[in-house]
Amino acid sequence: MLEVSNLNKNFDGVTALKNFSFEMKEKEILGMIGPNGAGKTTFFNALSGFIKPESGKVKFLGKDITSFSSHKIVSSGISRTFQDLRLIRQIPVIDNILLSFNHSDGENFYNILFKQKSWQETEELDKHKALKLLEYAGIKDKAFDLANDLSYGQQKLLSITCCLAADAKLLLLDEPIAGINPEMREKILRIISELPSKGKSAIIIEHDMDFIERISDRVIFMDMGEKISEGTPDEVRNDPKVIEAYLE
Amino acid sequence: MEYLLHILILICIYVILSLSLNLLVGYTGILSIAHAAFYGVGAYVAALMALRLETPFLLNIILAVSAAGVFGAVVGIPSLRLKDDYFVIATFAFQIIMFSVLNNLVEFTGGPLGLPGIPQPNIFGYEISTHIEFLILSLLLTGLVYWVSNRIVKSPFGRLLKSIREDEVFVKAVGRDISGAKVKVFIISASLASLAGVIYATYITYIDPTSFTVMESIFIISIVIIGGAANLKGSILGAAFLVALPELLRFIGLPNSIAANVRQILYGALLVIMMMWRPQGFLGEYAFGKSSEDRRQKLEDRSKRGNDA
Repeated sequence: MLEVSNLNKNFDGVTALKNFSFEMKEKEILGMIGPNGAGKTTFFNALSGFIKPESGKVKFLGKDITSFSSHKIVSSGISRTFQDLRLIRQIPVIDNILLSFNHSDGENFYNILFKQKSWQETEELDKHKALKLLEYAGIKDKAFDLANDLSYGQQKLLSITCCLAADAKLLLLDEPIAGINPEMREKILRIISELPSKGKSAIIIEHDMDFIERISDRVIFMDMGEKISEGTPDEVRNDPKVIEAYLE
Repeated sequence: MEYLLHILILICIYVILSLSLNLLVGYTGILSIAHAAFYGVGAYVAALMALRLETPFLLNIILAVSAAGVFGAVVGIPSLRLKDDYFVIATFAFQIIMFSVLNNLVEFTGGPLGLPGIPQPNIFGYEISTHIEFLILSLLLTGLVYWVSNRIVKSPFGRLLKSIREDEVFVKAVGRDISGAKVKVFIISASLASLAGVIYATYITYIDPTSFTVMESIFIISIVIIGGAANLKGSILGAAFLVALPELLRFIGLPNSIAANVRQILYGALLVIMMMWRPQGFLGEYAFGKSSEDRRQKLEDRSKRGNDA
């Protein structure tokens, strides 16, 4: 499904990605670990079109998406969250979800002026869909509060729900459980582990090894922009190269 | 009485200008100082068509709106790729170019002498010439602009614009085409502004380039900010206040020689005071001047501190 080959990226002489390659199957949960500055987030940025890699190729569902702009990448089926949580906090929770649906009935200038009824009907249907998603995530009762009034954990949950709303086949989750309480952590774990049954896959950056082991089918260990090790959580953990990298 | 009607017509013109600019500055959070240029495009297109080709008024309106839209696209598509301050500079450049063109293309625009004797509007044989008739025409067009703006800001497109203002990165990450939306709203804003130009040209019956300078752009921005960014009623209030203020000052009996200067000082002071104590303006919901990144960070810190140990 996803084929990444020989990605390279430097920032002012600092290597962020070096011949980074791997493949991913459908309905797979892939954990991505490594020390700070290993290039994990840079890889997300490159994959989601926020930065352009200097060389290399990304193929997704048979299409070369390397040079796609970010909104085209989302419409081909890859959506992401951010380590520094991003949402539109000044609008209601449900509006964040509505924004993530990629329809454009009520964004067409002609419809806005002359077909108000028609887009409002679509909007009603979308609201219904959005409420269902929020119910699934367990924050339906907050749907009409400002996103800013959610707790930090709920906001993280909402940002993942937005990825689901964008109808992504592949979710890129950057530290989905960092800094949140155990109860919320279980909720997020459940949502991620149910992704394969919905035909979706995910790549997860996380420092919490316990979480990664519980959730990942496969793990990639990165350091200095390179893939150091790849395999089941156990294999990676016992790889001498990984142990060496962490001891250094 | 005529004096009062004259002030009301001027207020209508500035309401149109500030409503259309508010879509850009208030709702989308992008600052353009080329608004007077689009106002000028509207005025000059309407004036030239009426003078040279004697086309009917309603056709001139359509032509002015389309011309401003085309200019909007030509300026917007390349310059909206730039961020924040760089975009402001790009619009500034367009504003300066537009003024130079109007000022130097003498055979066409009359240069600094301007275009005198612009025919008054004639709608299906009905001549609009008195102040009251002009006020009705202005109110109708202002109502139209308000209606269009209101529909836009209450639609999902309005939600998209506000979201772009708050956090472009998030909007990009959920797969929305940010440049597309910005170009769209820029074109709409430019087109609506041209309507003010059409009224101005046919009402005053004389235009010259000095009415469409960067100072004029800044005046319109002041209306938007003082009235309240991202609030349509704020733009109406702001326009009424800032247009009527100097007129009111006439009555406190300052000698003419210093009245103009006092006016400038008052405008400046007012803008500074508003920025310091009420950056969101009279009715605005959005404090202009802080970058979206600052506000985002502040909210994030607050929500982190607030809950969830």
